[in-house]
Amino acid sequence: MAKIFEIRWHGRGGQGAKTAALLLAEAASVAGKEIQGFPEYGPERTGAPVASFNRISDQPIGIRSAVTHPDVVVVLDPTLIGRVDVTSGLGNGGAIIVNTNGPASQIRTRLKVDGIRVYTVDANQISLDTLGKAIPNTPMMGALMRVSGILDYEDFMLSLRVQLTKKFKGKETIVEGNLRAVERAYQEVQGDDL
Amino acid sequence: MTSKAKSKERPGWKDLPSGGFILEPGNATKYLTGDWRLMRPVWDAERCIDCLLCWLFCPDGAVLAEGGKIIGFDYDYCKGCGICAKECPPKVDAIKMIREDEALEEPLSA
Amino acid sequence: MAVAVALQKKVAMTGNEAVAQAMRQIEPDVVAAYPITPATDIVQYFSNFVANGQVKTEFVTTESEHSAMSACVGASAAGVRAMTATASNGLALMWEVLYIASGMRLPLVMTVVNRALSSPINIHCDHSDSMGARDAGWIQIYSENTQEAYDNVIQAIRIAQHPKVLLPVMVMLDGFIISHAMENLEILEDGDVKEFIGEYRPERYLLDADHPITIGALDLNDYYFEHKRQQVEGLLQARKVILEVAGDYQRVSGRSYGLFEAYRMEDAEAAIVVMSSTAGTVRTVVDAMRKEGHRIGLIKPRVFRPFPARDLAEVLRGVKAVAVMDRSESMSTAGGPLFTELRSAIYELEPRPLAADYIFGLGGRDIYPEDVCGIFQRLLAAKPGDICSDPMVTYLGVRE
Repeated sequence: MAKIFEIRWHGRGGQGAKTAALLLAEAASVAGKEIQGFPEYGPERTGAPVASFNRISDQPIGIRSAVTHPDVVVVLDPTLIGRVDVTSGLGNGGAIIVNTNGPASQIRTRLKVDGIRVYTVDANQISLDTLGKAIPNTPMMGALMRVSGILDYEDFMLSLRVQLTKKFKGKETIVEGNLRAVERAYQEVQGDDL
Repeated sequence: MTSKAKSKERPGWKDLPSGGFILEPGNATKYLTGDWRLMRPVWDAERCIDCLLCWLFCPDGAVLAEGGKIIGFDYDYCKGCGICAKECPPKVDAIKMIREDEALEEPLSA
Repeated sequence: MAVAVALQKKVAMTGNEAVAQAMRQIEPDVVAAYPITPATDIVQYFSNFVANGQVKTEFVTTESEHSAMSACVGASAAGVRAMTATASNGLALMWEVLYIASGMRLPLVMTVVNRALSSPINIHCDHSDSMGARDAGWIQIYSENTQEAYDNVIQAIRIAQHPKVLLPVMVMLDGFIISHAMENLEILEDGDVKEFIGEYRPERYLLDADHPITIGALDLNDYYFEHKRQQVEGLLQARKVILEVAGDYQRVSGRSYGLFEAYRMEDAEAAIVVMSSTAGTVRTVVDAMRKEGHRIGLIKPRVFRPFPARDLAEVLRGVKAVAVMDRSESMSTAGGPLFTELRSAIYELEPRPLAADYIFGLGGRDIYPEDVCGIFQRLLAAKPGDICSDPMVTYLGVRE
């Protein structure tokens, strides 16, 4: 079986977990990868815990179950830790990236799981600075790029620019704000080996 | 059963137009609804004043008129509903309903 | 063949978006629809195409699915191409009009985004909606992924309007799993789609003033039976037409389609038969278990109506055991709809394979590779000569 890189996003309804998974899938597609991006099947409910998933591979992807053994977990809201089993299925060497203003060591203590890499980035503050509101999903994509290295960063940024321009037609400040947010999170994410 | 169902008038499934479509416009005229009639209107030309009320009210267009004058009934399509007799003004009384079997050349009942 | 394949664009789209794009390229004369999760996106995207002037389609928003299907029937009877999309209870509300569309031999094309039927109310995927309509006289085509959903919708136009078929076609894709999932697919150029489907010139239609006809006349015991026999003939002819259309489509797209896909069946002693998105998961397991030396394969029916019984029996000849995975329950207590059809199809095989049914995924219950492995292991353990499985029907993943 060809190696499939699997990502699970945790967030709350309204934070853009589904959008992040779809944007990432599209960016990876443009970069020539086989992709899947899908929400935890169902409508999002504002504030309620939600999940979404990505699979990225060089080979066609057949499996269509939810991701149970992710390579990377992205947590858009740190208050989910302890309420949702965010590390479920995360194997030895797997990584988790949490949106928080605290250090990775603090998150590691709260997660109570050994053998995984823990990273943090203050995506709320970054999106407040660049977009004027707390929409952590795009900056977390930047952090994900840095931690996972699944796509060439320059390729990713180019493709993201195209998608955002399409999505926010005529709203250049939003496009630029999002791209700055991704860039900052890429630089500012910290953790074990960064 | 099969031979009865398939006859010259009733083609088999291979010959019928599909979808229940009827391709011949106005072929309802082939259906002689006069068969349904139990009571037959009989017209008295002497009493008739040509008011055309029967012609107007007949639901089947079975009252025949020409040049503003009644000329009789089209028994191929008259179902014998009796509306014509009902609408004929009482003072005129030019239409009578009689039993269909009485109208036959050889009446069925004695 | 590759040299003749048309230029295509590789894009990432959700299943619903892919179907909407196919509809934009087909540009039907009439789309009448009523929204329902998870099919809403399809007509929502399409209404944008209408609003932007990208298509000249008459877009009719109706007050119910019953009216949506009725409007499509009216449009199609009048002589134009009509399409719609729905799901679940929306399809159930179309019920009586489905039969009218097929009985009148109207070549409508409808996308059904598979979703469980109420009650209890549930928006997630299973096949109870389209399986409930399996005997409505429509051709039914099931799609595994976004690519197949797109390709099937385009092919459905040609199949439906073929003079030997003239039947409505339902194209299915799994709710949320495919409808809301982004995947890569290749889409044809607009012009290639237009050329492939051709101009629609019905032989008979209501607005043909030079040849007035009656549609929907009373058809009693003297004619009704013959008209139903004709419908069956349309479905019988559809088998060949579906393959012809698939051949033509392959020449344009490079992608091949059949009545079903037989994957690694050449020397298989055990097989799983499953439709739609779950086939992808099963294929992954087949590859993994083949590496361990197990002779197993997958059969993914694409066309459920007409049911390719003889073709399926042929590919299952020599197989020791077969499991059918049904994403709906027929409530017969004797297995799901795919199982009963398939088991009937292999009745004449000698030796007769063991057949077991697995009802799975009702109301969107997820299915994992481990579940599929378990099924294969049971099939491989079957002794030669076993034809009856105990239990005959297993409810996969249900809590006891």
